[in-house]
Amino acid sequence: MEYLFTKEQTQFRESLQNFFRKHSPTSEVRRLMETQLGFDREVWKNACGSLGLSGIAIPEEYGGSGFGPVELSIVCEEMGRSLYCSPFLGSVICAGSAINLSSANKETKEQYLSRIASGEIIAALAVTENKPMWGDENFVTAATPIDKNTFQLTGEKNFVISANAADVILVITNLEERATLFAVERDAEGLDISDLSVMDPTRKMSACSFDKTLAKCVGSIDLETLCSHVLIYLSNEMIGGAQQLLDSAIDYTKLRFQFGRSIASFQAIKHRLAELLLELELAKSACYQAAQALSDNEKIKERSSLAKSAANEAFLKAGLECIQLHGGIGFTWENDTHLWFKRAKSSEVLLGNSAINYERLLLAIPTVDSVLRRAS
Amino acid sequence: MNDFSELRKEVSSWINANWDPSLDLITWRKKLADSGWGAPDWPKEDFGMGLSPEESSIIEEEFSKKGVIGAAQSGVRLLAAVTILEHGTREQKDRYLKPILTGEENWCQLFSEPGSGSDLAGATTRADLIGDEWIINGQKVWNTSAHHADFGLLVARTNWDVPKHEGISYFIIDMRQKEVEVRQLRQMNGHASFNEVFFTDARVSRENILGTEGRGWQVAMTTLAYERRSFDRARRVSSDMAGDASIYREYEMELEKANEPYKWYPQRAGRGDLVLETAIETGAIENAAIRQEIARFHVLNESAKWTAARAKAAQKAGQPQGPEGSLGKLAASRVAQSAARVHTSIMGNGALLTGEGSLKDGILAEVLVSTPAISIAGGTDEIQKNIIAERVLGLPKEPRFDSGPFRDVQKNADKSST
Repeated sequence: MEYLFTKEQTQFRESLQNFFRKHSPTSEVRRLMETQLGFDREVWKNACGSLGLSGIAIPEEYGGSGFGPVELSIVCEEMGRSLYCSPFLGSVICAGSAINLSSANKETKEQYLSRIASGEIIAALAVTENKPMWGDENFVTAATPIDKNTFQLTGEKNFVISANAADVILVITNLEERATLFAVERDAEGLDISDLSVMDPTRKMSACSFDKTLAKCVGSIDLETLCSHVLIYLSNEMIGGAQQLLDSAIDYTKLRFQFGRSIASFQAIKHRLAELLLELELAKSACYQAAQALSDNEKIKERSSLAKSAANEAFLKAGLECIQLHGGIGFTWENDTHLWFKRAKSSEVLLGNSAINYERLLLAIPTVDSVLRRAS
Repeated sequence: MNDFSELRKEVSSWINANWDPSLDLITWRKKLADSGWGAPDWPKEDFGMGLSPEESSIIEEEFSKKGVIGAAQSGVRLLAAVTILEHGTREQKDRYLKPILTGEENWCQLFSEPGSGSDLAGATTRADLIGDEWIINGQKVWNTSAHHADFGLLVARTNWDVPKHEGISYFIIDMRQKEVEVRQLRQMNGHASFNEVFFTDARVSRENILGTEGRGWQVAMTTLAYERRSFDRARRVSSDMAGDASIYREYEMELEKANEPYKWYPQRAGRGDLVLETAIETGAIENAAIRQEIARFHVLNESAKWTAARAKAAQKAGQPQGPEGSLGKLAASRVAQSAARVHTSIMGNGALLTGEGSLKDGILAEVLVSTPAISIAGGTDEIQKNIIAERVLGLPKEPRFDSGPFRDVQKNADKSST
């Protein structure tokens, strides 16, 4: 695409919008966020089946549709816009990317990816112990070998997205000082999944503890690359949410009359919305370029953190502005703004706020990295 | 796909038959203007060939490849040309267009006033028809190159009893009369790129109105639309051509004179290209707090570049302009001002100094005192935001207080108000 979406990509986006408009109105989001599962299995099946969403990220050889990162980013953006509640981020993006990027052989990859692609299983990825950024972790979870491919895991993982619905938990911890991916079946002994009381109820997370739990070794993995992949998709999801907030603020300020005129006619309001549009379009450029970088496999570490920090700032600003521009009603539970505001918050923290990503992106620039190495 | 090979061949053979670097600059350009190759996208009857802008750029490419000097382009001469081409009479076209192309006559724009900046249609410089002459009184400001202009594009009020946009007329004024006084205006960064122009009973002969009386606003729109389109182009006219013939020296001198007012413009844009380099040279990169600022700037700067690229790609593909297309100027302000902030952090005590002995030969010091201009010149950030809000986001306009006869519109509370 370089700088423009193709006609096919635009049509694809429109078909997604239609699907989400129909299946993920805010009334549905509100219903699902109150449930323990957090999504509608029928709609998810439908999204995996007729729309083929879960297969989009997955290479054709593993039963996916083999679309590129750009198309996948479009899916994320539209999901973020509609706040569609599903295991997509946890299962397809996080777990799917982890398997795909691991050193596992073709057979093992197929075994997991084809079932994730068809929606037959939901997988979750357990990486976080203490730090927001995966690459910064010093993993404590221990992997003790039983035989060549079987290990016992003992330890705790936190903030595991969609673990509540997962059939298999993919765990990353160190094996001989290398980040390694293990698979734990849901019914494995010693596995405990307890749901967290999260601020953003549209994205369920759990803590997982392992006590001599049997796990299969899938393969080693480059944590930074995995992190970059997930950052890019998450960032694209975020700008979709930011767009929704901007649209909502525009619609509301046009309709709201005070002092005998639409409040959108006041420059105090106009200027805020123009600023927000600028922030959003800048972030979109960063996110689209990051998706492109993924497809070119170029500078993905720098671009991923660049996109995430831009998306962080835009989404959070959109959330705050949307509440402010709604006035009092924007602070109520009844008004929808807080749903996206909370998504903005949870997305901001996941894989690092802007400060963390600023540092990561600078260190990804070779000249900076070498100067700092020399200095230390 | 047309690769324009026929056109290229045609240009080439004309150049081979006609280009003569031993001529002096004006003689060569007269020949060029008469041939039509100097302004190929102008109409055939007006020194052009009626070709498309795309074909025209192919011709320009061929000229530059062969080291052939083209028609004069510098300064605001092309703004004058486009406006005259669209609104001028036959006589005006015959009189003014050729010396624009040859570079013999220089032009300036006389639009802004001390009392009307963003509100251009609020101009109070007056033109009164007395006998066969318009008599001009008032003051203009921010006039680039007015100090060596032969003619000015002047917007002045001819009717005070109608709404403001309807009482304006557009004139071609002879700048070489003693009733026109040009004073250079020194800016806070020490440069003097602009002028103030004072008119005291200055004269414009009756036939030098451009368009009709009271329709000056529409004529000014032509000038402004072209100015926006060519914002960077006129300033980028530079020469990588070189030769021994004296015609090249003449050409260099012309460019140098024309580009003089713009030499601080890269600093006005913030010189983001120097951020990382300076941070590494000074060792500021080792400071984690400054790294945060550098990265924040880097995100903004890259995103702004890509946003501009998206807008350009959409335009090239003939797609309707998306929101990204109207954000360029506002983004440029933000980039420049953020660059100045981060430069300051990186410079440390070095930011206390100015002049050639300071960091990067004084370029960074110049950035610090030049970036405040970018959110004002060519439409303030506030006006840009209004435009974005109303045209892109579709927000309603503000109520107006200036729709009645201009005489009754409230103006600056100073002694010069009418």
